[in-house]
Amino acid sequence: MKVNCDINVHHLTRVEGHGNIKISIQDGVLREATWEVVETPRFFEAMLVGKKWDNAPWICGRICGICSIGHTLASIRAVENAFAMVPSPQTVKLRVLLKHMETLQSHILHLYFLAAPDFLNIGSVFPLISSSPEVVARAAGLKKLANDMCDCVGGRRLHPTTTVVGGFTMLPDRKRLADFQRQLADAVPGLLATAELFKTFTLPDFARETEFVSLKGESDYPFIGGDLVSTDGVVKAEDEYRQMTNEYLVDQSTSKWSKLSREAFSVGALARINNNFKFLHPAAQEVAAMFGLAPVNHNPYMNNIAQLVECVHVVYDSIQLIDELLATPWQEPRQQVTPKSGLGVAAVEVPRGILYHCYEFNQTGQIVKCDCIIPTSQNHANIQYDLTALAGQFAAEGMRDRELELLAEMLVRAYDPCISCSVH
Amino acid sequence: MTETSGKKTFLGVPVYRPKVAFFELSSCEGCQLQILNNEGTLLDFLSLVEVVKFREGMSGGSDDYEIAFVEGSVTRPDEEARLKEIRKNAKILVAFGSCACFGGVNQLKNRFSLDWVKKEVYGDHPIETAEVKPLEAVVPVDLRIYGCPVKKEEVERIVTALAIGSDIAYPKYPVCMECKANGNICLFDVGEPCLGPITQAGCDAWCPNSRAGCWGCRGPAVDSNVEQLIRIMEQYGFSKDTIIDRLECFGGFASYAGQLRSGQKI
Repeated sequence: MKVNCDINVHHLTRVEGHGNIKISIQDGVLREATWEVVETPRFFEAMLVGKKWDNAPWICGRICGICSIGHTLASIRAVENAFAMVPSPQTVKLRVLLKHMETLQSHILHLYFLAAPDFLNIGSVFPLISSSPEVVARAAGLKKLANDMCDCVGGRRLHPTTTVVGGFTMLPDRKRLADFQRQLADAVPGLLATAELFKTFTLPDFARETEFVSLKGESDYPFIGGDLVSTDGVVKAEDEYRQMTNEYLVDQSTSKWSKLSREAFSVGALARINNNFKFLHPAAQEVAAMFGLAPVNHNPYMNNIAQLVECVHVVYDSIQLIDELLATPWQEPRQQVTPKSGLGVAAVEVPRGILYHCYEFNQTGQIVKCDCIIPTSQNHANIQYDLTALAGQFAAEGMRDRELELLAEMLVRAYDPCISCSVH
Repeated sequence: MTETSGKKTFLGVPVYRPKVAFFELSSCEGCQLQILNNEGTLLDFLSLVEVVKFREGMSGGSDDYEIAFVEGSVTRPDEEARLKEIRKNAKILVAFGSCACFGGVNQLKNRFSLDWVKKEVYGDHPIETAEVKPLEAVVPVDLRIYGCPVKKEEVERIVTALAIGSDIAYPKYPVCMECKANGNICLFDVGEPCLGPITQAGCDAWCPNSRAGCWGCRGPAVDSNVEQLIRIMEQYGFSKDTIIDRLECFGGFASYAGQLRSGQKI
């Protein structure tokens, strides 16, 4: 039994953005366990007002430095839905391929650079450069492949340039795509080695029953558009997203919070797998089995493994997508855009979970109202409830301050939060 | 460069590795991530400098640094205080990316009153925010690395120059020159607005190479003729709103956008 403890982590490291963890135990009673978000708001939803439709993807991509491709694609889909446009099959495939590569680079960045150091008891990935150069080289190689493919399809790995409402400004070189397809096949052993590495780590033994929200797969593991689903059985249409998110404001956070059937819910790789496990590629399901990951898993630390499983899935799916793309000659890259007044909603699965963009346009195609709901803002409340449960459980077990602090930090990192994104 | 007993040497002389720190104010943190996105040359880069603080990538760290790279713009009073503290510690303060140099997309908020933006996003919930400022509005800045995002090759070139103490030179021509040199067709001819003719070069015409017009994220080139570009864009049939959207997006040309919006002559 822990009697007294005072943990105060100011600006948690190895996460995107600014958040604090506070845990206080006095005379054996948990007084406080708080996940505080102190990020400065940038007011994207206000900035967009009065801007013409073509500005939206360009500006909104800048919400996030890690998942700018996801934001750009969500923004484009919201505009296209508002203007009743249907993207061509070629555009759909290229967008999913581009998104897959963002998922791969983001998950690898998180797994190796942000999460792994905790399990290896080091402060950053940098000491590994001399102690385990092959591990760093593997991480860098996987990330580089994903990023190079983002350059090839999206024009740029960060804040993409070719992605526009209606399609693409230009199409990737077919020979390079074929080349990348071979490199993706060669990357599989690197992912399996990553699985072996993570198999040597011990995930904290903690679970809290949670509601998980994601897109609902119909025949595939879903990434762009479609119905919304929760593990508690809620199903909504894409444009009913507000009923799925129910945003509200709290004093401890400059980011809004969300809830659905319970006090909080979770989004992200683990939520996607919990809702859509059967649509994962068989090779990805095998990696999940290595870690005993099967739906519905309620251990938030398992999100690390869920990301790894998704890496395997997106690599196999990208190989398949490139096959399909190369089977037919390139079609017209871009459709004409005819603006009209109305509302457009997009739901897109980005690395950290489900992302919504919603714009209302006037007749000339100017934005009059904008709403973006970020995966991490949907996760903040769940992080808070997890943290309270975690502090309570491990304090009762008499864990030392430093260990509890590390577990609390690892808990937040497991969500791979994108805090500046969540405040936007 | 060779390495003997942990010390880098060049022609037998130990290479000086400056201590550098990375910080972020209001931003997407994408410019810092560009450092981790340099997979091919990341290790070389890390051998050139000693990273003592990089919250997004490492725990711990120290305030003993010579070069501070600060990403983001100032949008809240506590950020002013943080920035002044960084300025005190750093010999060289680098404004890292468009948000730090010009306010970036964040400054689009300055088109509205603070009361309105707060109400629009947070309703009646109290929230603290201020007018968006670039770093130089708060502290003296020694060096600027432009771009949204910054370009890794340019970052490496500038950091190398800093480490070996050589001059840092910026191109004296606009993005348009780089675009022409790359053999691209002019985007005006395919109906795409572009600020290439007035924007500071150094990105190798990153966006126009992808047939996306330039949005001026790197700010004005030396002696750029904004008035003439506006006239040319009007001749190509671009609307005043389209020209304003481009000029005001990243803040480098915000004063011109403001003049155009209020109908003043540029």
